[in-house]
Amino acid sequence: MNKNYTPPNQGMFGQIFDTILVLVLVYSSLMLPLLFKAAAKAEDAAAAAATAVKATWESLGQNAVQQAQWIKLGYDPDKAASLINSRFDYTIDPVMLIITIVVVGGYFWFMLKVSDKEYREVIREKFDNK
Amino acid sequence: MASEKISSSSKPIAMLKVLNPFHIWALGVGIVLVGEFMGWNFTVGKGGAYASLIACWVIGLLYTCVAMIDSEVTSTVAAAGGQYTQAKHIIGPLMAFNVGLYLVMAYTMLCAADALVVGDLMKSGAEVMGYTSLDTKPFVVLTVVFLAWLNYRGVFATLTLNLVITFLAFMSLVVLFFSVDPLHQGVVLQHEGLLTDLPYGWIGVVASLQFGMWYYLGIEGTCQAAEEVRSAGRSIPLGTMGGMMTLLVAATITWFVAAGLMPWQYLGQAVTPMYDAATLLGSSQLQLMLFVATAFAAIASANGCINDASRAWFSLGRDRYMPVFFGAIHPKYRTPYRSVLFLVPIAISFAFTGLLDQVITFSILSGLLSYTFMTFNMIKFRKMWPLGSIHRGYIHPFHPIPAITLLTLCCATYFATFLGYGASLLSIMAFYILASIWFVLRRYKYVKRADQFTMPWPRPKGY
Repeated sequence: MNKNYTPPNQGMFGQIFDTILVLVLVYSSLMLPLLFKAAAKAEDAAAAAATAVKATWESLGQNAVQQAQWIKLGYDPDKAASLINSRFDYTIDPVMLIITIVVVGGYFWFMLKVSDKEYREVIREKFDNK
Repeated sequence: MASEKISSSSKPIAMLKVLNPFHIWALGVGIVLVGEFMGWNFTVGKGGAYASLIACWVIGLLYTCVAMIDSEVTSTVAAAGGQYTQAKHIIGPLMAFNVGLYLVMAYTMLCAADALVVGDLMKSGAEVMGYTSLDTKPFVVLTVVFLAWLNYRGVFATLTLNLVITFLAFMSLVVLFFSVDPLHQGVVLQHEGLLTDLPYGWIGVVASLQFGMWYYLGIEGTCQAAEEVRSAGRSIPLGTMGGMMTLLVAATITWFVAAGLMPWQYLGQAVTPMYDAATLLGSSQLQLMLFVATAFAAIASANGCINDASRAWFSLGRDRYMPVFFGAIHPKYRTPYRSVLFLVPIAISFAFTGLLDQVITFSILSGLLSYTFMTFNMIKFRKMWPLGSIHRGYIHPFHPIPAITLLTLCCATYFATFLGYGASLLSIMAFYILASIWFVLRRYKYVKRADQFTMPWPRPKGY
């Protein structure tokens, strides 16, 4: 029969360090996409300035019912134009899609493999070393 | 059993078993209902009004699978930490660590978003009354601190408050529905004139699945209270499935009313669409009711989020996956008080970043990763302990169809997130990958192996 694993005790400094490290990782991942967004927003603003024309409900493709509701909401054609013309771009970049699939799939594969190895240790200690 | 040895005494302290199925309903629906008042409408922005309705039902199916799977596993693994504890017993420590993080991040970020909504709502209310420059920050802080105090003092009062305000918020949607004369088109509702074809085609429908999760995100939080209910085998399935039915009704009502009052381009970007719907009806009573109901929904959600995030963080600390300091229960109130207090400044600081869309996306993706885990978890659970080998409080029907359906819908939702939020998806995945590597290389050495399996079950098949 093998002896059960006895983990070391962690001091207060180590506990504080580990907690702060996780927080730093979280804040970094929150901020990172902003770098991409800042560049995209600058491009959008430049494109909007280049194509700016006087908007009408007809040029914005709004029927009579839609126009009435926009007006009730406090919008005129100029103000509504930015909402109506703001559209997502769903063009798929195959390279980015493949990278994303590999990252998500690889993460779960790594997780299940390592977890299984660790779980076998847990079961061995729990059921073999009573 | 939730027990913990306080440093000065060896007497084990357990959490109180005081909750019933209505509290479970209030916990689940309370966290989610805010999604019917704001956030769900971003589905309209990503794919149009019809895409939003399709997303509501498709993601409703995803969450029905989640509720079925969760009810079986939680009624069998009745311990604080919910899916985290399930992962520990069925998949292994690294998965459990990640699931614990998913829960903490999903709920803490959602709590931050809720507090932001309360602040913005107060600003809107102040503007109606003529005060144009109200600072929202004190309301954000007050909301989080007050709810944390409630959570610190005890779970019964916390969830009883949720029960009352969640019920009132839900009833406000029902009142709004009957106020728009729903059976007579063209009188108040203008679906014929406002509904358009799919503006992005079918790819917009797929893209809208991402924010479709807002209709139901957090219902699985019911199992966080598994250790504090009087009968987990009865209360968790009843409360969870009852909550899902409530949300399906609320989501459909919400879509029907809002899509019949606002052009899709406005609705797709509105911050408080249901309040706007009440404003469009021209009734000050309805406007006031929706103002109060939106505030109630956001407070109930933040309340439930603090409850769930603190229990997940407590469980991580108790098992030494995170510093053991957090694994303490209050000797008098029997709550995970250190975890409750620790998460207060975190939630406030997330809210103060002002990155609402990033915070929401982090919350949604953490939820999605957690649902993906549930599919592996369910398949392994039935394989390692077949029916009859251990006592199950509830057995869900048609296995493995719900697990396969859930995995398929999760993959579709990852793709939906990739459409428009690809950078956020990769950045959040980077966080979980780095945290996993850190756990394997540094934290796992502090974990007591045999202590990770505490259920009185026989040895799992294949191990």
